[in-house]
Amino acid sequence: MANLYQLSSTSLDALFAALRADGRRILAPTDRDGHSELNPVQTPADVARDCMQTTLSAKGAVFPKVEQLLGYRLAPGQVQLADPERRAEPTVLFGIRPCEAAGFQALDAVFNWDTRDAFFNARMANLAVIAMSCTRSDEACFCTSVGGGPGATGGSDILLTPTAGGYLAEVLSDRGRAIQALAPELFSPAPADAHKADLLAQVPVAFDQPALTAKLPALFDSPLWEEQSLRCLGCGACAFVCPTCVCFDIQEEGDKQGGRRLRTWDACGFSQFTLHASGHNPRPTQAARWRQRVYHKFSIYPDRYGQLGCVGCGKCTRACPVDMNLREHLLQASQAQR
Amino acid sequence: MTDMFEPKITAFVCNWCTYAGADLTGTSRIKYPSNVRVLRLPCTGRIDFMLLAKAFARGADGIIISGCHPNDCHYTSGNYHARRRWMVYRNLMDFMGIDTARITFSWVSAAEGAKWAELVSEVTTSLRAMGPYTEYQELALAGVE
Amino acid sequence: MDVNEKAKQLLEAGTVQAVAGFQTGTRGVRRPVFLRRAEDTGRMVFDPGCRQNLAQYATRTPVKRLGRLALTLRPSGIRALLQLMAERQIQEPDVLALAVDPDGQVTELATAEAMEAHLALTADPIPAEDQALMDRLDRMTRAERWAFWRNELSRCIKCYACRSSCPMCYCGQCTMDCNRPQWVPPPSHGLGNLEYHMVRAMHLAGRCVRCGDCGRACPVGIPIHLLTFHTEAAVQAQFGQRAGASAKLDYALSTFRPDDQETFIR
Repeated sequence: MANLYQLSSTSLDALFAALRADGRRILAPTDRDGHSELNPVQTPADVARDCMQTTLSAKGAVFPKVEQLLGYRLAPGQVQLADPERRAEPTVLFGIRPCEAAGFQALDAVFNWDTRDAFFNARMANLAVIAMSCTRSDEACFCTSVGGGPGATGGSDILLTPTAGGYLAEVLSDRGRAIQALAPELFSPAPADAHKADLLAQVPVAFDQPALTAKLPALFDSPLWEEQSLRCLGCGACAFVCPTCVCFDIQEEGDKQGGRRLRTWDACGFSQFTLHASGHNPRPTQAARWRQRVYHKFSIYPDRYGQLGCVGCGKCTRACPVDMNLREHLLQASQAQR
Repeated sequence: MTDMFEPKITAFVCNWCTYAGADLTGTSRIKYPSNVRVLRLPCTGRIDFMLLAKAFARGADGIIISGCHPNDCHYTSGNYHARRRWMVYRNLMDFMGIDTARITFSWVSAAEGAKWAELVSEVTTSLRAMGPYTEYQELALAGVE
Repeated sequence: MDVNEKAKQLLEAGTVQAVAGFQTGTRGVRRPVFLRRAEDTGRMVFDPGCRQNLAQYATRTPVKRLGRLALTLRPSGIRALLQLMAERQIQEPDVLALAVDPDGQVTELATAEAMEAHLALTADPIPAEDQALMDRLDRMTRAERWAFWRNELSRCIKCYACRSSCPMCYCGQCTMDCNRPQWVPPPSHGLGNLEYHMVRAMHLAGRCVRCGDCGRACPVGIPIHLLTFHTEAAVQAQFGQRAGASAKLDYALSTFRPDDQETFIR
């Protein structure tokens, strides 16, 4: 049961100071060079004032775009492994949205499915999430259609909701309580008439997701996917900004003196993503790749992991150079006859 | 010995002119710095612009590219194509902030043993003053978590 | 005649099987649309918000399969079609350029000759803010430019939206996709980012039609189009050759003049 408190806006300075004194790095949305991205911040003044969403998602905190898995040096007759210690910097994500916080669950489903990914787990173990409810949304958002919402608590340790004088604060987990314990005087009891739902953005449900998931197997051969993907350029923007997309490539770099193995983001939209060494490509068309993107998130994830692979944040839609609006496409699919 | 910085220079030279010219430097017993590592290609026209970028990425502090004088190319026009490519690439490199002062282009013929020695000496001296090209070599580490 | 009427006319007459144009999408952005039926042409728009270079789609198989294609184009799009013809990637009969002037009136350009003539009459300078930023960069010291690009490229995530949106990047297997050998590192560390953008700018030198789609496509806002714009300007200044001027190939890096002038070769 979440404990409901209130924080004044001025108390954030003290909260940040307490977090930093506790040895934690704070990542929050910033406006640098006109772009809103998650960056390390020192004080609340560094945090972007009016950022509805960052372009990139918070997954970079636990699944970086380039990560060293191991390194080695070669000397005559020997190989010296440099296994980077899987120690992650204690980090607090501040001001990410409920949809992005929900994304960590989908990442966890893959990274702890059969093999436990030590790199992901080390970073998750050192991560705390102070998310910020949404007071506005746009046409790309559809969190409420996929089991989320502008004030949803899944994946957060503390959820703040902006009010007139500050924030409502829901302390949701042991990690949240540990943060509260760093500066308990900042958390006063919430007023009795505090009603979070009134403060949130309105995000109407756009489509019936369970019905769509049930329908997808029958739509596999539909001409719909070719029609929807005609304008798709086959870049990786949607996959890379997505809070739940988890595909990666492993690259070896080295020479006679040594080298390293790196993990890096990959995307199913790339034309060669499923290219076999034989030359055969089971997804040879952009239509097949687009279809797979939808099915992976809305059919395969529920089958395999019991949850969706999409949090309805809309980042893919906003990042797409040709406005592949996922909500629109899903609505169309749910209405398709064949 | 002192810990003086010794620049590593990668030289891309054509087989028919500059490589032969460098050979002449040796047979003429002209001394020149050993900082240069010579890579022999059939013609400057074969030099892909990425070879230069790779040399820096591999740790070169400076690069020399040298071939036949215009009109003397063993393959008639390879060096003309190379010249165009270098004009465009040098412009791009400078625009991106790569230190083009560390790259020396020259025409050295098979008879110009002395010129080769002089070129390498000058380039070595100026690179020694510039120091190692660490800002480029650090690139491979930047952004890796 | 405006784009809607023209598209309707072309589809009704069967002159083309598809029209590539724009429609309004999410949050008012303009996005590509491929119309096959005359009754759908009411959806089309063409206004200052329609910036993307639709010539990009003239080499894409799913679009080519639709049949003969008319495309609503800005001058950069017409340049792209000419350059694609010069590079033998499309053939004149397969495309019909629809040049749209600032009043929204459409001119049909069915032949390379017509396209060349139209371009000769159309001034199409680089946008002022891009020119201003390039001038600012040119005035910086080398070290300042290095710092600028290091900072900008640090945001690059190697999504290849820039490459995918470029009409001249039509290679089925890009050099980045080749992994034997892996010439340019795919990871988006400092070196992987620098080398990729360097390779791309060089592969576009003398071929870039200055549509700016690469910079617009970048999800993290890197002004990547400046690299190709700058290289294109240098090629024109040094050799007098320009991409997209004609359907006859005049590629600066596969031609030369014995008296090409440079200042830096010892």
